[in-house]
Amino acid sequence: MALVEIRDVYKSFQRDTQRIDVFSGITLDVEAGSFLALMGPSGSGKSTLLNLIAGLDRPTEGAVRVAGAVVSAMSTGDLASWRARHIGFVFQQFNLLPVLTAYQNVELPLLLTRLSKRERDERVKIALGVVGLDDRMHHYPRQLSGGQEQRVSIARAIVADPTVILLDEPTGQLDAKSSQEVLALLRRLNSEFKKTIIIVTHDAHAAEQATTVLHLEKGNLIRGDAVPSLRPSDAARVGVAL
Amino acid sequence: MKFLPLVIANLGRHKRRTVLTIASVALALFLFASLQTVVTTIAAAANFGSVRRLVSTSATGIVFTLPIAYANRLRAQPGVESVTWANWFGGRYGDGKRFFATFAIDPKSYLEMYPEMVMPADQKEAFLRERTAALVGKHLMETFGWKLGQNVTEQGTIFPGDWTFTIRAVYTPTDPRIGEDVLMFHHEYMEERLGRPGQAGWYIIKIDQTDHAASIAKAIDDQFRNSSFATKTGTEQAFNASFATMWGNVSLLMGTIGMAVVFAILLVTANAMMMSTRERTREVAVLKTIGFADRTLFGVVMLEAGVIAVTGAIIGLGGAKLLYKSTNFSAGGFLPGFDVTPNTLALGSAIAIVLMVASGLVPAVRAARLPVVSALRQVG
Repeated sequence: MALVEIRDVYKSFQRDTQRIDVFSGITLDVEAGSFLALMGPSGSGKSTLLNLIAGLDRPTEGAVRVAGAVVSAMSTGDLASWRARHIGFVFQQFNLLPVLTAYQNVELPLLLTRLSKRERDERVKIALGVVGLDDRMHHYPRQLSGGQEQRVSIARAIVADPTVILLDEPTGQLDAKSSQEVLALLRRLNSEFKKTIIIVTHDAHAAEQATTVLHLEKGNLIRGDAVPSLRPSDAARVGVAL
Repeated sequence: MKFLPLVIANLGRHKRRTVLTIASVALALFLFASLQTVVTTIAAAANFGSVRRLVSTSATGIVFTLPIAYANRLRAQPGVESVTWANWFGGRYGDGKRFFATFAIDPKSYLEMYPEMVMPADQKEAFLRERTAALVGKHLMETFGWKLGQNVTEQGTIFPGDWTFTIRAVYTPTDPRIGEDVLMFHHEYMEERLGRPGQAGWYIIKIDQTDHAASIAKAIDDQFRNSSFATKTGTEQAFNASFATMWGNVSLLMGTIGMAVVFAILLVTANAMMMSTRERTREVAVLKTIGFADRTLFGVVMLEAGVIAVTGAIIGLGGAKLLYKSTNFSAGGFLPGFDVTPNTLALGSAIAIVLMVASGLVPAVRAARLPVVSALRQVG
């Protein structure tokens, strides 16, 4: 059984009187330990797909299952606690709380657990160590560079040891050097720590770091081997049903 | 408690706004406590008085006097143990703008009638011995920095001229409702300067048993009913209560103003809380993405409102309690025993809780119900 199973998912939005169909029966399996990049033009539904996996949004039809739980059928209250345990989310704009230090930002997901203060402290320091910012833990976001902010954001996403890490354009706001650092970090999280990573990106260079790349075109998933820039072996590591 | 650093950090986001909001709450509760204390002090004054003491005034009104010759006739009344009398002296002090309560009293009988006024024996002797001597409350002494033996001159308003008294004794009341902002001098001195008109403002009569109060009062009034100076007699408690009823509308006014101030501040606080959460729409969405449940975010916002309300309450209510206690405030002797009561503090705390709920509820519900995706899309 795949870690993430998306089955016959339809998603549409109502804008005024107009109905906008984002997905029309999409199906996708993501195996545990994979590093999947979702590419596609603006409005193709990349972020919407990420939101469905994270339980931030619900499909109009179909089912989303993550680690055996049917996310699309959960109540709002259950979804919050489920998300705290299973999802690490990284945004394009970092979205760190400006009034909290790097340490406090990373600690946020752990406040929702039963861990003691000492245990939380250990985990926060480990997470900041993994992203190479253990010497910046008492800095506020305004005192960090963009790349450092994004690394703090990644530390926040991994600190509770989630089942899946979802990243929405994580290098979109970064310069080339910071992008390289962040991508190297993601590769390490996948290869060394065996984290399942799903990244949405416009950046072909970012997508190259993934073991699998899928394209979303007008709400449809296109297999990696259908895209010239992808290696067929990578595409074969996920099951894509069109 | 683990969310407290988050709450404190959020409140520190706009320090000036938070400080001003807390100051508004503190000021509102300070005013509430002050106005409410006026009401409770007036009510307490109405309860003061021994049920074994009667007060006899002119039946025409408190501003009219009674003959001093009534003293002996009152003493002769069956059931009466002792009698004393006093006059209101409406003087001004210093530049003519300072005012405090001044009474002309029959010294020996008055002090025997009021054992609640305590003073050293030698000072009492000195006060009784000297015709121009004054007996002054401890707080009044402190207010003006007066010393024993000092001469004090008041400008008479009812009885014109400069009246100089020598402070010979300082009293401390055992009952705070008696008040410490009063100056008393010999009635005999006033009689002498005014050409012996032989008038007393009111009589205080100590009776043998409390259950004789009604019959003795009736007997006194019956005795003088057909004279030129008819009396109106009742218990000291009823006498004081009649003053309190004169304040009746003032009490209502004080209560109304107090609640109006609190309501105005409620709107200010609610507005500040609304602004604060609206500015954090993106952050609330991010917290939800991390896994914060609706009820947790509701609690965090309510806790923020709670910190503002509780801090304001501690400063406002605690400040009122400490200020009035430490300065022994009595509104120039008109409100003796002016002190914020535990009931007022409890009521103020309850108002702070209502303030917290009312100001935090709407933004807390808004934060809890915020749709994550649209909130992120809106700013992202």
